[in-house]
Amino acid sequence: MTQISVFLENKKGKLAEVTKVLAEHNIDMCAISIADTTNFGILRIIVDNSEKALRVLREAGYTVNTTEVLAVEVPDKPGGLHQVLDILSKGDISVEYLYSFVRRPAERALILFKVDDLKAAKEMLKKENVSVLTADDVNGLGTK
Amino acid sequence: MYEIKEGVAEMYWDKAHECMEREQLRELQSRRLVETVRRVYHNVPYYRQRMQEMGLVPEDINGVEDLHKLPFTTKQDLRDNYPYGTFAVPLSEIVRIHASSGTTGKPTVVGYTRKDIITWSELMARTLVCGGTTKDSVIQIAYGYGLFTGGLGVHYGAERIGASVIPISGGNTKRQIMIMKDFGTTVLACTPSYALHIAETMEEMGIKREELKLQYGIFGAEPWSEGMRREIESKLQISAIDIYGLSEVIGPGVASECQYKCGLHIFEDHFIPEIVDPETGEVLPEGEEGELVITTITKEGLPLIRYRTRDISALNYEPCKCGRTHVRMKKVLGRTDDMIIVRGVNVFPSQIESILMEIGQTEPHYLLVVDRINNLDVLEIWVEVSNKLFSDEVRKLEELNRRITNEIQSALGLSVKVKLVEPKTIERSESKARRVIDRRKL
Repeated sequence: MTQISVFLENKKGKLAEVTKVLAEHNIDMCAISIADTTNFGILRIIVDNSEKALRVLREAGYTVNTTEVLAVEVPDKPGGLHQVLDILSKGDISVEYLYSFVRRPAERALILFKVDDLKAAKEMLKKENVSVLTADDVNGLGTK
Repeated sequence: MYEIKEGVAEMYWDKAHECMEREQLRELQSRRLVETVRRVYHNVPYYRQRMQEMGLVPEDINGVEDLHKLPFTTKQDLRDNYPYGTFAVPLSEIVRIHASSGTTGKPTVVGYTRKDIITWSELMARTLVCGGTTKDSVIQIAYGYGLFTGGLGVHYGAERIGASVIPISGGNTKRQIMIMKDFGTTVLACTPSYALHIAETMEEMGIKREELKLQYGIFGAEPWSEGMRREIESKLQISAIDIYGLSEVIGPGVASECQYKCGLHIFEDHFIPEIVDPETGEVLPEGEEGELVITTITKEGLPLIRYRTRDISALNYEPCKCGRTHVRMKKVLGRTDDMIIVRGVNVFPSQIESILMEIGQTEPHYLLVVDRINNLDVLEIWVEVSNKLFSDEVRKLEELNRRITNEIQSALGLSVKVKLVEPKTIERSESKARRVIDRRKL
């Protein structure tokens, strides 16, 4: 799954400027997270068309990169996240960061992981029958 | 607040030279200039080549009136001959080496012979006496000691006078104040911004002015305004004197205010000043503002012919009430290049640029923002984060921030704050990029 990361200064109104660009280009966000420090923030988003998002944001003058992240679908119930983390931990995979969102009405949670070894993590989870999603699975699912 | 006792002997260190008749002074300058030109022509390949390019031989220079024929020397010329290429004596004759920051990476190196150190001590003695120092003074030298000329320059002058010297160097303000109080310091020598910081810290510590014996301040190494002088004088209740110098020329001891504080007397028996148009290099008439150019006429180690200081000033040859005949330069008004002085340290944007180039592998967009917070100069460096430098992980960006900070700090010898900013934050200019915002109210 391709994640779009955008560098933002930690200032009022900065986030709205980015969402405006995405809205104007009709880009659908499926998941969003912001990591922030005193001075700056990193906006991380999963969108329906990452190539387009990368292009329009760069054209708008933003510092933007893409990163491959692990997208996993788990039941939205106690222990859902733990099951996945347990597998990764036993497999000696370290998680740099993660964020999630819940999709209705399916009552499934999508969790996005940045891990140090993406390929190994994917195989591990598949072996344990955890549902690992690809870009196609997510496209258009976010709000529809 | 402070009264001048006119005509008292201790007002001068070297009255014969400081109050020399101008005609006699000009003769002395001419003699020394002719001798200096001959010496650099024969001993410094760089000068010989420059003079030959202009079709000049030493015999063409017969006095001060011929000075304008000689080529200018710039910081870049010294840098091109790094480290010792412009020295006029073999290294075995050099007894001291100092350095100041260069425009990129390498510093500008200056060397002193034994006689140069004596000359420098004499000139600093004059400067300190100008500012009120006597052999009975207790002088606290809070200029940095080391490659920077400030600390040791003042030190030698103060010892020459016979004052009691406290070589405390810069920093550790609370300790400075404790020592000032306990040791009975009467003269404080430091940068003007540091003097204000000391005054402020005293207030915070609850130390009363009456607990100090302080009478005079010898302040230099950075530009400061009359407003700042008034503030220092009222807060510390001292007479604050502006001194001028630059390491290439000799260090502090090039010029000093007298107690009348109406311009800085340039010690003309050692230096010949000119004011030129910074664009054309044309010598400007008396009183006009322009770039100060200095020729040294007694230095042995590193004589300088028409050195472009990049400082903007003006010259006033009117006799001064103090009795000194030496020309007065206006308090420095600014720079002709983009150099800034932060806590006495020369900073060129190009130094920052070469570090960022190294890290980012691409032309960086950056801005130096200087401000004065609680009377201390603070240098902030804004760096636009390019796609190449950017990471989706906070940890990596913070590492980047730290790395830039560390590399700049070790290059400048000055603490800085680095701020990562979005692209296009820094204004693009059609011609020359604006690299510095100076918010200090000098």
